[in-house]
Amino acid sequence: MKNFSWKHISVIIVIAASIFYILPTINPTIWPHKKINLGLDLQGGMHLVLEVDTDKALESTIERLSQDMRNLIQKENIRFAGISLIKGTKISIRFHDQESLDKFKDVLDKHFKDMRVVKESINDNGIHNFVLDMPDKEADHIKKMAVDQALETIRNRIDQFGVSEPDIRRQGNKRILIQLPGIKDAKRAKALIGKTALLEFKLLDETGDIAAALKGNIPPGRELLYEYKKNSETNRVIKTPYLIKKRTLLTGAYLTDAVVQIDSQFNEPYVSIKFDKKGARIFERITEDNIKKRLAIVLDKKVYSAPVIQDKISGGEARITGNFTAETARDLAIVLRAGALPAPVKILEERTVGPSLGNDSIRKGLMSMCIGGMFVVLFMVIYYKGSGLVADFALILNIIIIAGGLAAFQATLTLPGIAGIILTIGMAVDANVLIFERIREEMKLGKTPYAAVDAGYSRATLTILDANVTTLIAAVVLFQFGTGPVKGFAVTLSLGVLASMFTAIIMTRCVFDYLLINRKIKKLSI
Amino acid sequence: MQFIKPDININFIGKKNIAFIVSVIMICLSIASLIIHKGPRYGIDFAGGTLIQIQFVKQVNLDDVKSGLASIELGKSSVQQFGEAKENEYLIRTNNSVMTNEGFSEDIINAVKSSTGIDANIRRTEMVGPQVGKDLREKALFAMFYALLFITIYISGRFELKWMLSGVIAAALMGAIAFFKLFNVSIPVLIAIALAVTLALFWFFKLKFAMGAIVALIHDVAITMGIFSMCDKEVTLPIIAALLTIIGYSLNDTIIVFDRIRENRRRYHKKSFDIIINKSINETLSRTILTSLTTLVVVVTLLVLGGGIIHDFAFAMTIGILIGTYSSVYVASPILLAWQGKK
Repeated sequence: MKNFSWKHISVIIVIAASIFYILPTINPTIWPHKKINLGLDLQGGMHLVLEVDTDKALESTIERLSQDMRNLIQKENIRFAGISLIKGTKISIRFHDQESLDKFKDVLDKHFKDMRVVKESINDNGIHNFVLDMPDKEADHIKKMAVDQALETIRNRIDQFGVSEPDIRRQGNKRILIQLPGIKDAKRAKALIGKTALLEFKLLDETGDIAAALKGNIPPGRELLYEYKKNSETNRVIKTPYLIKKRTLLTGAYLTDAVVQIDSQFNEPYVSIKFDKKGARIFERITEDNIKKRLAIVLDKKVYSAPVIQDKISGGEARITGNFTAETARDLAIVLRAGALPAPVKILEERTVGPSLGNDSIRKGLMSMCIGGMFVVLFMVIYYKGSGLVADFALILNIIIIAGGLAAFQATLTLPGIAGIILTIGMAVDANVLIFERIREEMKLGKTPYAAVDAGYSRATLTILDANVTTLIAAVVLFQFGTGPVKGFAVTLSLGVLASMFTAIIMTRCVFDYLLINRKIKKLSI
Repeated sequence: MQFIKPDININFIGKKNIAFIVSVIMICLSIASLIIHKGPRYGIDFAGGTLIQIQFVKQVNLDDVKSGLASIELGKSSVQQFGEAKENEYLIRTNNSVMTNEGFSEDIINAVKSSTGIDANIRRTEMVGPQVGKDLREKALFAMFYALLFITIYISGRFELKWMLSGVIAAALMGAIAFFKLFNVSIPVLIAIALAVTLALFWFFKLKFAMGAIVALIHDVAITMGIFSMCDKEVTLPIIAALLTIIGYSLNDTIIVFDRIRENRRRYHKKSFDIIINKSINETLSRTILTSLTTLVVVVTLLVLGGGIIHDFAFAMTIGILIGTYSSVYVASPILLAWQGKK
């Protein structure tokens, strides 16, 4: 070429870069850059938005603290009238005299100095009432930690479930966004993710009055929990109540492993769990102190089994049995290994697309693009003849640049994104039309082909830039506020607008220059 | 080849009264439809709820499907055909967010299988809880508000070349909104206030080009929403995306015509304004028709071949392109003329 200006260089760079980035999608072995990301609506998969119940997390922490306080008061031999929770967020401790209260305040300073005093009063019966709660900063910290922990736990569970390229991230204060592309068993994944999986070992209250408890008279420090057994023959679920001592002796936090085994006697799967050193010691002590008593294994407030402790167990191993299938046992093992969620999670939004629909969408989208594009290409050639071919070349280049841009920025291509590309095909032509119409006007005024082209480009350029700004504004706003599929649309629309401006103003000009200067065409086919 | 001869001279502006009546009728119909239907029909994105796309292997009877759903307590859900008839696909929609229990999908398949006798598989499910629905509504409205804000700044600066003034207007707009926000009004009302404030400011500062452009935009969006309402189609997030794209596209058109009007006003300032406007529209007619044609061709291809999911989006775009082209000629320009006539 005669003048190898920056225009030519920029065109070559852009085209080369685009092709460079598209190659991995066509043939992954050429070089290892990432392929074009497909949205869930095109590759199938599940999208979940969970909300962590941070209030419950705070309540659980406060309840644990109140239990710790109870144990400590009893250990220090301080007489007290009672400990209870007010609305789950405040702890009220009542004493008979000032002396006990003062002794408690010492304990407080030593072990619970982060707590805040809400109220100190004496009621008519001479009972000293001392109310504590968590200061706001601490409370917020606990809530934030709960979400972080939930995020980590869910990530662990999904890792074990085996999904390729899952996307798990925090959204706002207490939400978690999960995207699982290509997942086959959505129902199992949901159950796995949402399970709180709090494993607790508690003692059964074998002397208490279950009948009275069922009527609503639950004595302090006790709770009523149920075992759900499904009769495999009748398919009916039997609910058995147990009166349980509230105090949690051991939790799943001490587990190091959980695996599925098959019971050789009954051929039923069960989950074998192993405690860490500290957990094993605690377990040993529990079993030593409570021989012949029954220990309830509670998961998410449901009793799984309540076997009798025959002997002191020192190995730090135990079994969880109870009506498992191979699959439910395996899922339980997964959640036990990954750990419990610090608070229950609620599903706020869920979208699942089957893989067949994803493939259909791709097919239909690409077909619309090809056929719509073909119409435009034909039209441009018929209407603008030779120059129309130049515009068509620009059109094809546009699509290549958009695809390259998607791959380079690792943006996600969604179905509306494909619609965006299709729209750009129609709108990109606009820039070329503006230029060509100006060129035709200039030629009618009698200018030579080169002068007409020059004038056409310079007068139309400003208008092109102008007109496309408004579409860009719309695209940027959509990108900022849109979610998922709509974001994909905003991305392809923006890329398309920028690409079409580039190809129309710079690239086609290069072609015309080449034809007029180097090839010295006398008449312009337009 | 040329559709439009270079010396064409259709008297567009002459027909402006007829066009005005047509526009007013369309807007009244749109508003009436929206009022009758109590606002736009929100998809689950905005109203919350559950959506299930289910495909049967053979043709089924709609009533059988409904009775099957009623047996698992989904009797109140709406069922409609989706996509092409030969695909045997249906869309089940209920207002409650019921999907969270396990085995939901299987319950549905079993229920309809027993009531229709035909195998089915679920292609897609979507559940949006009320909180997320509310969030998405807010996001959509914010998107429209910010788009309006930026476009207002842009056109008042671009058309009138008074960038300082456009900055002042933007500040005034944001101030007015901040003020009204204190009264805790709902977001649609905020947007209406923003529009009113914008129009008032344009009037006050005599920015007639900007005024014409904004009125054309309001006209386009109102009629598109009205037609959607009349055809009983749902408004979802992609539809909002279509609306914003239509705004961008319609403004494109208007800018092209206005640019020509200004160029010709300088050149032929002796002639009367309506002749100038006519001349400008005629000169840009070629480009307007070509661009609209090519964009329409691709959008209609999408409408016909794109499949059910993108169908409503393509429909909105088709209406928007047609109305957007029409409004550049018959809404924006007459407003300029009317203003000029006042002087």
